[in-house]
Amino acid sequence: MSWLTNVVRPRIQKVFRSNKETPENLWHKCPACGEMIFHRDLEAALKVCPQCGYHMRLTAKERLASIFDGGEYKTVPLPAVPLDPLKFRDQKKYPDRLKEARSKTGMEDAVLVATGNVEGVEAVVAVQDFAFMGGSLGMAAGEAIVRSAEVAIEKHVPLIMVAAAGGARMQEAILALMQMPRTTVAVQMLREAGVPYIVVLTDPTTGGVLASYAMLGDIQIAEKGALIGFSGRRVIEQTIREKLPEGYQLAEFQLERGTVDMVVHRHQLKETLGRVIRLLTHRPKAGAIVPFARVQATR
Amino acid sequence: MHTYLDFEKSIAELEGKIQELKALATQGAQQGSSVNMQDEIGRLEQKVGQQLKETYAALTPWQKVQVARHPARPHFVNYVGKLIEDFTPLAGDRAFADDPAILGGLGRFRGRSVMVIGHEKGWDTQSRIAHNFGLGKPDGYRKAVRLMSLAERFNIPVITLVDTAGAYPGREGEERAQAEAIARSTDRCLSLGVPLIAVIIGEGGSGGAVGLAAGSRVLMLEHSIYSVISPEGAASILWRDSAKSQDAATAMKITAQSLYEYGVIDRIIPEPVGGAHREPDNIIRVTGDAIDEELRDLEKLDAATIRKQRREKFLAIGRSG
Ligand SMILES: [Zn+2]
Repeated sequence: MSWLTNVVRPRIQKVFRSNKETPENLWHKCPACGEMIFHRDLEAALKVCPQCGYHMRLTAKERLASIFDGGEYKTVPLPAVPLDPLKFRDQKKYPDRLKEARSKTGMEDAVLVATGNVEGVEAVVAVQDFAFMGGSLGMAAGEAIVRSAEVAIEKHVPLIMVAAAGGARMQEAILALMQMPRTTVAVQMLREAGVPYIVVLTDPTTGGVLASYAMLGDIQIAEKGALIGFSGRRVIEQTIREKLPEGYQLAEFQLERGTVDMVVHRHQLKETLGRVIRLLTHRPKAGAIVPFARVQATR
Repeated sequence: MHTYLDFEKSIAELEGKIQELKALATQGAQQGSSVNMQDEIGRLEQKVGQQLKETYAALTPWQKVQVARHPARPHFVNYVGKLIEDFTPLAGDRAFADDPAILGGLGRFRGRSVMVIGHEKGWDTQSRIAHNFGLGKPDGYRKAVRLMSLAERFNIPVITLVDTAGAYPGREGEERAQAEAIARSTDRCLSLGVPLIAVIIGEGGSGGAVGLAAGSRVLMLEHSIYSVISPEGAASILWRDSAKSQDAATAMKITAQSLYEYGVIDRIIPEPVGGAHREPDNIIRVTGDAIDEELRDLEKLDAATIRKQRREKFLAIGRSG
């Protein structure tokens, strides 16, 4: 399988550990409750505040490590895309913004795709990293999502999409907008192949991303506390000329409105994903001992 | 009264003068005067024609934004009125409401049954409010899904007329899963086993446009625009200066000419000199011809081929560089 290279076996602890451990960042302050948390404790808690339960954002690599068994996975090489075909320039040149985002995150673009086991079931996981230009959906992210669907179909294993983005990448303008239909085609391919497509909406998922592949999952999971909505809060407030209530568009609000199937705490996410894909693919419980006769019968 | 755009000042002056002369001529004729003003009127009319031609051949992207939003630009009900016989409006999403910003119905187009769906912005203050300025709510996109499915069941091709600044960014939309409604509508466009011809007749604004525009063929009027965000929105977010809308319009390559070059649209429909609003009947007829031609091509194909071609078309966008 030529597309499977770059074998990485990061242990969760390693991924979560910062390279430059200076005394200043040994302690982290929870942005919600102000609690000072020792970095080891924060890593062990998958960046969930032990005091108030606030879910801090994960990097794509941290997310992959938190979902795959033992934090082990293989990244899938992603197709190259044309660089800046629109020659876009706002206050800065788009290629300069890309360069900055790349050096800041160590990623090529906003989406990573990997294969591995989730609770003992092989799966493809695509993760969008908000730290890379707001996770924005451009040509690279769109191709990554199409590729993730192709890999899931080739292997006939579930695709788990962990979404996080402000929306389409404005610097790619119309070519970014076209990723809405393009990623929708990818979801249709999964559907036709009978491959489960599970979406996890993380903080924040909004705009054109939510209005395409991120709302087309067979199962829609929202991570606790995540901001999920089509329009930004300010835009809505300007439109209706009133203030929105506290907690508007958060995962719990979306659950109440029927937008998602469930809201899941990060500590239960891996187990939930495993359970859901096992149920959808007629597999026994994780770690269940299957009677010998059953094994014979299903062969 | 004709609405002139800010770059049409000298045209407005000339046409004003023509009006005056015509009025004088009628007055003079009534009073038995023999002063002939026809020559002068003819000369001015020629000048107007020349200026319109030159101006509209070299519109900047920002000027096209203004033309695309011209209050007299023909809109959904004008197209339906002229092109569709036996139009039978169909209402509602069967779940919550009928969205007046997205209209649709069955009708007869040049001999064949069609389903027509599109944004309606309204034509005066009252109707603009009634149609919510063409800003669709979830109910509108869900109605579109329902009508597309109905069309597919009876092997009826779908025509969509896209003309919106975007989906409605208000509370009701947000609370009834606006994003999901748009995603499902795009999804339905892309899975249809019947031809879908999408025509961007004015503004193609963001996801609210995509939800109806993921067609087998995407056609665009010469001075229409299609964009990920409004130039005003981009200016305030990327330039942090709402006065930079012109720069944003240029940078985002929102014109039909650029989009054709990037392979995002399949065909440009030429507008009359001076824009669609100067000769509505003309542009509606020419648009009808273009839709008819595209439909004739696609009608020969079976459902599987129609689906496959549409998908491949979208997957190919951006891949050739
Ligand atoms: Zn806390």
